[in-house]
Amino acid sequence: MIEMNLKVNGREQNWQVEPGETLLEALRRHHFKGPKLVCGTGDCCACTVVVGNKSVCSCCLPALKADGQQVTTVEGLAGEDELHPLQAAFIESAASQCGFCTPGFLMRSYSFLKNRNPAILPTESEVRKALAGNICRCTGYVKPVEAVLKTAQALKEKASQQNG
Amino acid sequence: MDKVTVQAVAPEKDEPFVVVGASAGRVDGRGLVTGAPVYTVDYEMPNMLHARILRSPHAHARVLKVDASQALALKGVHRVLWWQDLPQIPHSTSGVPHPEPAPYDTCALNSTVRYKGEPVALVAAESEPLAEQALKLIEVEYEALPAVFDPAEAMKPGAPQLHTQVKMAPGFKIIYDPEHNLAAHTEYEFGDVEAAFGEADFVIERHYETPTMCHCALEPHASLAFLDAYDRLNVVSSTQVPFHVRRQLARALDLPLRRIRIAKPRVGGGFGGKQEMVLEPLAGALALATHRPVRLVLPRHEEFSASRVRHASYITVRAGVTKAGQITALEMRALTNTGAYASHSDTVAHAIGHKTLGLYRAKAYRYTGQAVYTNRPVAGAFRGYGATQGYFALESFIDELAFELKMDPLAFRRLNHTGKGGYDPMDYKEGLNGMEPGRSITSCALPECLDVGAKLIGWDEPRPRSEGPIKRGLGMAICMQGSGVANLELGGATLKLNDDGSFNLLTGATDIGQGSDTVLSQIAAEALGVSLENIILASADTDLTVMDYGAYASSTTYITGMGVKKAAEDARRQILEVAADMCETESSALTIKNNEICGPYGKTGLSVSDIAYETLYGQHRTQIIGKGDATSKESPPPFFAQFVELEVDTETGLVTLLRSVNVLDLGKAVNPALASGQVEGAVTMGFGYAITEELRFDDTGTVRNAGFVDYKVFSPLDMPQMQTVLIEDPEPTGPFGLKSAGEVGINGPAPAIANAIFNATGLRLRSLPMTPVRVLEGLDNLSGQPKLSR
Repeated sequence: MIEMNLKVNGREQNWQVEPGETLLEALRRHHFKGPKLVCGTGDCCACTVVVGNKSVCSCCLPALKADGQQVTTVEGLAGEDELHPLQAAFIESAASQCGFCTPGFLMRSYSFLKNRNPAILPTESEVRKALAGNICRCTGYVKPVEAVLKTAQALKEKASQQNG
Repeated sequence: MDKVTVQAVAPEKDEPFVVVGASAGRVDGRGLVTGAPVYTVDYEMPNMLHARILRSPHAHARVLKVDASQALALKGVHRVLWWQDLPQIPHSTSGVPHPEPAPYDTCALNSTVRYKGEPVALVAAESEPLAEQALKLIEVEYEALPAVFDPAEAMKPGAPQLHTQVKMAPGFKIIYDPEHNLAAHTEYEFGDVEAAFGEADFVIERHYETPTMCHCALEPHASLAFLDAYDRLNVVSSTQVPFHVRRQLARALDLPLRRIRIAKPRVGGGFGGKQEMVLEPLAGALALATHRPVRLVLPRHEEFSASRVRHASYITVRAGVTKAGQITALEMRALTNTGAYASHSDTVAHAIGHKTLGLYRAKAYRYTGQAVYTNRPVAGAFRGYGATQGYFALESFIDELAFELKMDPLAFRRLNHTGKGGYDPMDYKEGLNGMEPGRSITSCALPECLDVGAKLIGWDEPRPRSEGPIKRGLGMAICMQGSGVANLELGGATLKLNDDGSFNLLTGATDIGQGSDTVLSQIAAEALGVSLENIILASADTDLTVMDYGAYASSTTYITGMGVKKAAEDARRQILEVAADMCETESSALTIKNNEICGPYGKTGLSVSDIAYETLYGQHRTQIIGKGDATSKESPPPFFAQFVELEVDTETGLVTLLRSVNVLDLGKAVNPALASGQVEGAVTMGFGYAITEELRFDDTGTVRNAGFVDYKVFSPLDMPQMQTVLIEDPEPTGPFGLKSAGEVGINGPAPAIANAIFNATGLRLRSLPMTPVRVLEGLDNLSGQPKLSR
C-alpha cells in the first residue's frame, strides 16, 4: 500500500492504494460510485472523471498519477441545491435512459464546455467529436448531443449576463 | 432542426390528457445524473465476498475433477464450488412464463461443458483480485469431446451430439431431435400454399445470413446474493425478469420458492440479455455455501464471450408474385444457431417468421424455423426477438421483388402491405374447429408513416447520378412488432394512498432504462387525476409488488400500463366513495382533477390529501389500496417505416450513413421524449447490426473480438443526421390508445441500408454485417454475379 493525497470534488483525501490500482478502482473503493467500470480498457469512457483540467478514463489511469491533483467526479458536478446546467439538460432532453454511461457523458461534456470560450457556441459536429469515445447503447446519441448543445447555449447566456 | 415530431392521424375529440402525452423528465432522472449508487454493481454489504467464475477452455468436455486445495490455501479465499457441490436439476434459463417452451437442458453448473467459457467452478473471496488469483490455482481434469460450431454440420449424421433427450412433464417442450442437435422445430402454414404459388407469374427465391450479435448493455450482468434474518435467499440482480428468475432459481437450487426474494435496483440496460437467469444461481449458491453476502459481476470480456448473444441465422425467402405486383404466396425457412443450450431457441425460431410475414397480404404462407445446438455461446433473447433477423431477409427480399418487377420499392410495398382490420395471418392456431385466429390488426398508420418518411427523405425528388468513386443511395424498409405476447402476459400494480395524498405505485414491471417507471407513473397520475409528483414508484421486488412478467416483448407500457390504469381507477373509485359520503352526494357525480375532488359545479373544496387524512385519521378509517392487473388477447403491432440515405465509397468499401428518417406508428406517445428515445436507440443498434457488429470465432470456438475495440458499436461520430416522427393513431385496445415502441425500430436499419447500398451501387448484399470487405468483394464480383432467376 502506498499513501497518496488528492482532492476529490474539493475535499482532501488521504488514500492508501495498491501500486497497480487504477484511479477508478480507488475512487469506487472510497465510495465514489458515480464513475462506472464498463470496459476497463479506455474504450467507452463511462469511467470519465476530470483530473486537473482534463477529462480522463479513470479505468486506465494509475491512481498514483492523481497524487496531489484535483479530481472531479460526477458526484461533484451539482452545487449544494442546484444541479449543474448539464445535468438539468440531460434530464430535460431525456439524454439518460439506463443512465450507466451518463456519468461519463456528463464529465466529458463538462470538461469540453469548461475548456472553451462560452461566448462561442460549439457546433453539433464539434460536440460529436468531443464525445467520440463515449459509448451509449440506449439513446442513439441524438439526445445527449442535444443536451450538450442546450447547455452551451445556457452557459453563453449566463456568461453574457455576467459580463453585461 | 426539429428532430422529433409527433403527428396525430385524427385530432383528439375528447378532453385532452394532462399528464399522458407530456415529455416529463424521468422520475429517476436526478439520481441518474448525479451518479447515485443505484445499480447492482454499486451495492455493497457488510462482510460481502466477491465471486469470480472459472471458465472452460474447451468447447466441449466432461468435467471429471476439480482440485481447489491450492486456491483454498490462499488467505481470504472462502469457497470453491463445482458441479458436484450444486443440485443437478435440469432447468431452463429463458425468462418466459411457466411452462417455458424450452427443454430443461442445463443445470446451475453442468458436468459436461458445451462451449468455451462455460462456467466450471465458482470462487468466493474477500476481494475481486484475490478471487481472480484463486482461479489460476484451481486444477481441473477434463475429458475433451469433439465439438461442432456450424449448424449445418451439427445436423449431419455423425456430428458430435450435444444433448440427450430430457424428460419433461406434459405441456413442456422436449428437445426436438437430439440426435441431429435440433433443439427446436416450428412449422406453420396458412392457406393453400401450392395453389397460391400456382397463381403467380413469377416465383423468386433468395437466401440471407445474419451474424452473432452482442447486447453490450453497459452495465454487465451482476447479482448480489445474501441470506437475511429469516434465512431467506435475497438476490439483488440486474435482471429484466425478477419473477421468472425467482421461479427458475427455486428449481435450479432446489429451494422452496417462498425462500427466495429477487429485487432489481436500477438496471444499466438489458436489450434481452437479462431476460434470462444468468448469474443468480451462481451467486446464490455461493451465498448459501458461505453464509456471507456474495457479489458476482461479469468482466466485460466475459460479457462478450460467455453471457448471451443474438441467434445467427440462415434464412431463405420465396414468393410468388403476379405481373401486376401482387404477392400470392410467401414462404420462409430459417435455421438458427442457438449455441450450447436451448434457452429462447424455440420462441425465437418461431418469431422469425411469425413476426414478419404477416406484414404483407398474400393468399397463403408457409414458414419453417429450426434452432440447432452447437458448441457456441448460448443465444437468447435480443431486442427484436427474431423479427430483426426475419426483417433483414424479408425487407431485402421485398426490394429484390420490386426490382425484378421493375417497380418502385415504396410503391410495391404500398400495394402489398397489411392494414387495419382482419387478423394477422401468421397468428392462427389449431383450435377445436380448425384454424382459429389470434391477434387482430385494430390500428395501422403505415400509409401515413410511408407518406411522412418519403417526404422527409425526398424519396420522389430527382436525384443526380453520383459521379466518381463515391455513390449515393436511398433505401427503405417497413416492419412491425407486437405489444406483449397475445394471451401470454400478466402485469399490474397496486396503489396505496398515503397521508399527504401521494400514492405508492408498486409494480412488478422492470425499468431497465427504457423509462417504464416514468411512463407508468404518468399513466397512474392521468387515470387518478393527480399530478405526477404525487406518484411514488417502486418497481420489481418479488416480495412487495404484484406479479409481472417483466420487461420483454415490448409489453410493459401496453400490458402493465393497462394494469396500472385499472389500479388507478380502483383507487379513484374508493376515494370518490369516501368523498361522496363526506359531501353527501353520489360518487358518480364526483371526479378528481389536479388533486382536487370536483363535482358537477366545480371544486368541492376537498382534495385527495383531505380524503387521505379522513381515511387514515378521520371518521372513515381504512387503507385505500387500488389493485389492477392485465393480460391481453391482443398484441397490437406498432408499425415502423425506416428511410436512410448513405454513401458507398467504391474504392474503400466504406458505407457512410448520411440521414436516417424513422417514422413510428405507436398509437399514442405517453411520453414523446422517452418514446422517441426508444426509437433512436433501437435504430442506432440496428445500424451496428447492419454495418459493424459481429462476434467472431476461431476454429476452436474462441471468441476473437471480446471487447469494444474489435466489436464495434456505433459511436457519436458514426451517426447520421437522424429525424424521428411519432404517428399517433389510437389503438382501441391500448390504455389511452397506446401500443409499443421499444423494439420495432431495430428491425428497420439492416434491410434499409442493404437496399440503399443496392440503390447506390447495384450491389445486393445478403449477409450482415455489410463491412467494407464485404462491399469491396461484392463490387469485385458484381460483373460475374449469376443472372437473377425468374
